[in-house]
Amino acid sequence: MVSVESFVIASIIKTAIALFVLLTAVAYSVWLERKVVGHIQNRWGPTRVGPFGLLQPLADGMKFFFKEDITPPHVYKLLYLAAPVIAVTFALTSISVIPIGNWITVAGVRTPLQITDVNIALLIILGITSMGVYGVALAGWSSNSKYSLLGGLRASAQMISYEVSLGLSLIGVLILSGSFSLREIVDAQGGTFWGFIPRWNIFQGQIFAFFIYLMAAFAETNRIPFDLPEAETELVAGYHTEYSSMKFAMFFMAEYANMITVACLASLLFLGGWHGPLFGPPWLQSILPVFWFVLRVFCFLFVYIWIRGTLPRFRYDQLMAFGWKFLLPLAITNLVITGLIVALKS
Amino acid sequence: MVPLSYYLVLSGILFACGVTGFLIRRNIITIFMSIELMLNGVNLSFVAFAAHWHALSGQVFVFFVMVVAAAEAAVGLAIIIAVYRTRETLNVDRVNLLKL
Amino acid sequence: MLHLVLFLIFGAICVAGAVNLLVQRHPINSALSLIVVMGSLAVEYLLLGAEFVAAVQVIIYAGAIMVLFVFVIMLLNAGKEELTSGSRIALLLGIPGMLVSSVLVAWVLLAHSGTGAVPVGALPGPPKIIGWLLFHDFLLPFEVTSVLILIAIMGAVVLASPPESVQQSKKEG
Repeated sequence: MVSVESFVIASIIKTAIALFVLLTAVAYSVWLERKVVGHIQNRWGPTRVGPFGLLQPLADGMKFFFKEDITPPHVYKLLYLAAPVIAVTFALTSISVIPIGNWITVAGVRTPLQITDVNIALLIILGITSMGVYGVALAGWSSNSKYSLLGGLRASAQMISYEVSLGLSLIGVLILSGSFSLREIVDAQGGTFWGFIPRWNIFQGQIFAFFIYLMAAFAETNRIPFDLPEAETELVAGYHTEYSSMKFAMFFMAEYANMITVACLASLLFLGGWHGPLFGPPWLQSILPVFWFVLRVFCFLFVYIWIRGTLPRFRYDQLMAFGWKFLLPLAITNLVITGLIVALKS
Repeated sequence: MVPLSYYLVLSGILFACGVTGFLIRRNIITIFMSIELMLNGVNLSFVAFAAHWHALSGQVFVFFVMVVAAAEAAVGLAIIIAVYRTRETLNVDRVNLLKL
Repeated sequence: MLHLVLFLIFGAICVAGAVNLLVQRHPINSALSLIVVMGSLAVEYLLLGAEFVAAVQVIIYAGAIMVLFVFVIMLLNAGKEELTSGSRIALLLGIPGMLVSSVLVAWVLLAHSGTGAVPVGALPGPPKIIGWLLFHDFLLPFEVTSVLILIAIMGAVVLASPPESVQQSKKEG
């Protein structure tokens, strides 16, 4: 049992570190995307600012900060200003229940590497991401522009549709681990089959669920091939057409923060979280789980960018048909089969 | 420790607001939202009674209310869209003829 | 003590949101205040220990049903509500009526019910037990609601799809 003071201080420190790391990760995932997409398209990507363009995010931030902040005269002002704040707030909040490693002991205080460990963590993340739709929808509506409105309408319809498949794909994992707590879900994936195949959920028969999750997550975060809400060839920039300067940067940050949340969730639920080979001295053993976790998140983000550089965009009716007529039946089938197997085993 | 009656008062006020909204508003979507508000007020009293009588079935009932609300929202909004398509208005005072 | 303070804060937000829903003339503002009501109700559920209900409240009510409302408001481009003579009378009668009925409810409940306190968090609603109840004691209602949902889906598709004459003219044109 820890005392109240040390708990509060540990929580504050953890929150500050998590926020700092998340914002840095957001900035550098933009850099990563520009660099990887550049190499895929036979270009170099950013190279001028710093070695390998590593200071590019800083320059981008400065540029956003000094741009003129335009508020068009015909907008619905209150919601126009609130929409980017809503989007970025909900995108950053979900990090608070994501664990990134085992328990550690710092200065005599034993604490989990997670801001708060709640037993309905997965439900909280689903709730927060489902609230994130409002940022996009309200931005589209309040801008009072046809491109924005179409983008906002598309975004809200798309997000509601794919949330169903996303939720159903997670239930298979929940049946296997029997808990909503992300820490318990990861703990249930420790150990190996026959000594060499890790007991990750993806190897426990949830491979279809993983692919459903992958596709639904792409649609939820409005990324290619499902980036219809901001399809530049038809809608200028979709729901953020009328936004400039820091307000645009907030939508940008929200998108990348959502990508990171989705990547964290995928590695926790399907890819075994922070499990991996441990070796070396004690300090290394306490750091390695975090390293394995970050490695998985990085790989997932890389797949995201790789697909962006490879696939063309869907048409909107194809997107809806794919979600309702293919992903949803597949998710339900996966759920039924998983339930039957677990019931027959016990 | 919060007395049970406080929760019931809150749920009663929410329900009263819902009834009032249902009666005084003329926009069909706002009327519909007032119904949701009433359902929410009832849900709160369900959960409060569940905690008071130590019976979890109160919480289970909230799920059924939510399911009914979801079904109602889907059908009701579809009706609103159909009404708007034929009448080009959302004002219930202007939807006063059975045939056009 | 802390629970009482939290209850009062979020109860006040709840009531403010509900009243705002009544007085705003633009449906999107009403929808947003309803979302605020639902969010603070989720906190009240947490105070009562019903964590699963709170999460479901946010996911289903605030995250799905209200998105549908906002979607329809955007789709129909609903503007400000026009004031008719009927609505003026309704406003004049309705606002005092709401106040009177609220005060009446509060007075009856506070004066006549016992001051039995709800032990806060005394009845945790863990998902496991709720699920067990749902699939044992309430199995029949649960299955009936699934039929209800199916009917609602079909009803919504039939009602919202354009009438056949429009579809015909689209095919020909």
